[in-house]
Amino acid sequence: MHLALFLIFAAVALAGAANLLLQKHPINAALSLIVVMSSLAVLYLLLGAEFLAIAQIIVYAGAIMVLFTFVIMLLNEGVEEKTHGSRVAKLLGFPAVTVFLALIASIILSSETHLGKVIIGESITTTQDLSAVLFRDLLLPFEITSVLILIAILGAVALARKDEQ
Amino acid sequence: MSIWLFLLLSLVKAVLVTIVFLMGVAYTVLLERKLVGRIQNRWGPNRVGPFGLLQPLVDGAKSFLKEDMIPSGVYKPLYLLAPLISLGCALLSIAVVPFGGPMTWHGMRIFAISDINFGLLFLLGVTSVGVYGIALAGWSSNNKYSLLGSMRSSAQMVSYELALGLSLVGVVLRTGSLRLSDIVSMQTVHGIASWNIFGGGQFFAFFIYLIAAFAETNRSPFDLVEAESELTGGYNTEYSSMKFAMFFMAEYGNMITVGCVATMLFLGGWSSPLGDLIPPPQNIIIQALVPLFWFVAKVFCFLFLYIWVRGTLPRFRYDQLMSFGWKYLLPLAMLNIVGTSLWLAIRP
Repeated sequence: MHLALFLIFAAVALAGAANLLLQKHPINAALSLIVVMSSLAVLYLLLGAEFLAIAQIIVYAGAIMVLFTFVIMLLNEGVEEKTHGSRVAKLLGFPAVTVFLALIASIILSSETHLGKVIIGESITTTQDLSAVLFRDLLLPFEITSVLILIAILGAVALARKDEQ
Repeated sequence: MSIWLFLLLSLVKAVLVTIVFLMGVAYTVLLERKLVGRIQNRWGPNRVGPFGLLQPLVDGAKSFLKEDMIPSGVYKPLYLLAPLISLGCALLSIAVVPFGGPMTWHGMRIFAISDINFGLLFLLGVTSVGVYGIALAGWSSNNKYSLLGSMRSSAQMVSYELALGLSLVGVVLRTGSLRLSDIVSMQTVHGIASWNIFGGGQFFAFFIYLIAAFAETNRSPFDLVEAESELTGGYNTEYSSMKFAMFFMAEYGNMITVGCVATMLFLGGWSSPLGDLIPPPQNIIIQALVPLFWFVAKVFCFLFLYIWVRGTLPRFRYDQLMSFGWKYLLPLAMLNIVGTSLWLAIRP
């Protein structure tokens, strides 16, 4: 059951990601991204991370992507402009990406013993467990991250503000 | 319990609840037309059936038989997808609502389709995805009124979602669980005194939720999305026949869902206002039906309030709506969280 669900939603996520790249119209691309995020949420759920799964839906699929579609609707962007791109990017880009992915994969595989692993459908991390980690063991990093986000908001406001003249 | 029995039971519950829910939607429309009629000193629909009770069926048949026009300028895939998203999200949220007592059969709750750990968050998630129905409908219609309506609604729903979510935090803090059945069963003991709105001290949170929920469902006095005098009809201007009816059903479905959430979180869900003063009845069927009755009665009161407000209050101006949401409602919701946390910490 869990494996079947995993395969279905992994396929949906990959199809959405491919569609995101292939679509010509920005709003279709944005909607494909929502599909990818929602299926990722199901994959989190299969791994037992229930809070993460629903936060993925509320924050990413619900809030951030609404802003994306909002901007696309507001600007009423048409069909994308086709550029040829540089030859260097084509020649070097794909090998570089392959090397980078291989590097990440090898690092993750080599440190698998420290990181530990989760088997699909094995256990559930409840919201209580998560909050115990976030607000007790990792309190300082968590709070510092929120200050970082606050600084980012202030920066955005400062950039967006008109000069008073 | 085998997985097949689980699937079969879930399917039966889902089908039954969906049918009842859709009937509820149809009769909420009738209730609204009747009540607004009485508020405006006229009769409302009273020709079809006794007291106009068959009006929803006739309305349904009418919108089903009308010509389904698709304007030539629309962006077709999204134009067709938008009403499905709206109605789908409206129907999905009832899946986690425990609408009756905690009776089980073969280890499954009878009066709830599913009882998941993060039911409250699920409801918020479904609401936040429901924005797309209106947003895409307005954009894909290729009509300036539709686009303006959907712009307003996206901005309004995203803004008020924050206040809505934060107003519920107090209840979650008090219960210590996001599971809706836990939140309800916490309020069952002493009747009205242990409901979150009174005994739980969530009186302000209830009103913040109420206001935010009115805005979230795009209902009067926050119905700028379909302000007839300015936008002819808002996001659904270009829709006709069943597709229009789907938006309509989604709106009333969301009203019922909001009523269910308010009932569960603040008004004690399926519990009786008298608590344990009345001993539970002996007959198992009556024992099952009494909680159902209380739940439906509370949701009905909420719907009545919705319609009453619509018949009474004029519409907000758009800048007033935004500044009210961000400058008053959101800080108040945060104050409520701080207050509830302090109270829980100081309390022995």
